Amino acid sequence: MNVLAVIRPDDWNFPLLVHVLGAALLVGGLLTAVVAQFLGWRRQRSADAVAYARTTFRALLFVAFPAWWIMRIGAEWIYRREGWEDVESEPDWLGIGYITADLGGLLLLVSIILAGLGARRLARSGGETSTLLRISTVLVTLALVAYVVAVWAMAGKPG
Amino acid sequence: MAFYDWLLALHVLAAFSLVAALVLYTVVIAVSWKLALPSDVSRMFRLTRVGDVAVAVGAVGTLVLGIWLAIDSDDYQVWDGWIIAALVLWALSMETGRRTGTVYNAVRDRAPALVAEGRDTPHPELNAMVRSSTGLALHAATVVLILALVVVMIYKPGA
Repeated sequence: MNVLAVIRPDDWNFPLLVHVLGAALLVGGLLTAVVAQFLGWRRQRSADAVAYARTTFRALLFVAFPAWWIMRIGAEWIYRREGWEDVESEPDWLGIGYITADLGGLLLLVSIILAGLGARRLARSGGETSTLLRISTVLVTLALVAYVVAVWAMAGKPG
Repeated sequence: MAFYDWLLALHVLAAFSLVAALVLYTVVIAVSWKLALPSDVSRMFRLTRVGDVAVAVGAVGTLVLGIWLAIDSDDYQVWDGWIIAALVLWALSMETGRRTGTVYNAVRDRAPALVAEGRDTPHPELNAMVRSSTGLALHAATVVLILALVVVMIYKPGA
C-alpha cells in the first residue's frame, strides 16, 4: 500500500507536480523522436529521411532536453522536501530513479548531438543512410525504455 | 510489490502514455503548420498513428485502473469529490480530443489522397485544414484539461 501518497503533506505537491510533468513531457519528447527515427530508418526517398531526421532533432532539443531539466530539478526539489538526504539507506525505487534520470540524461545529450550531426549530414548527402542517426535511434530507444522503467519504479515503489 | 502498487504503477504509466501522445500531436501540429506540400504534410501525419495507440492505451488505462484503485483502496471512494472531478475532466478531455481527432484525421486522409492524385503542389484547402484555428483551439483545450487532471491527481483536493 502506498501510504506516502495517501498522507503526503500539501507542501510536497508542487515539487512533485513539477517532477511528474517534466517526466511526462520527457517521455513524450522521446516517444516522438523514436517514432520519427524509426519512420526515417528505412526510407528510400531522401526528402522523407531528411524530414524525419529534422523532426527527431527538434523533438529531442526543444521538448525532451528542457523536459529533462524540469524533471531533474523537480526530482531534487521533492527529494529534499521529503527529507531523503537524512535517510541512510534509501529505498530501491529511489536508486532506480536516480540512475535512470542521470544515465538517461547522458544518453539524451549524446543522442541530441548525434541526431543534429546526422540530420545535417543527411541533408548534405541528399538523403543517404546516416550511421550517426542510427546510433542516435538506438540510444533514444534505450533512454525511452529506461524512463518507462523509472516511471514504473517511482509509481510502484518496489522495495 | 503489493497488488495496489501494481495497479498504481500501471495507472501512472497509462497517464504518461496519454501525455506522451499529446506531446507527439503537439509536435506534429507545430511542424506541419508551415508545410505547404501535401507530401510533406502526409509524411508528418504518419507519426500520429502511434499517438492514436498511445491515446487509446492511456485513456482506457487511466480510467479503468483509476476506478479499480479507488475501489481497492480503503482511503478513497469513487464518489470522493476529487475523483468525481477527475472523472469529469477525463470525460471532457476525451470529447475535446475526439473532436480534435476529427479535424486532424481529415488532414491525415486528405494529404496522401492529393499525392495519389498527382497534385503534390501547395493546396489552399489542405493548408487551411492544417492551420485550422478550431483544431488548434480544441487541441489546446485537451492539453489544458489533461493538465488539470494531473493537478487534481497530485493535489487530491478534499482528500
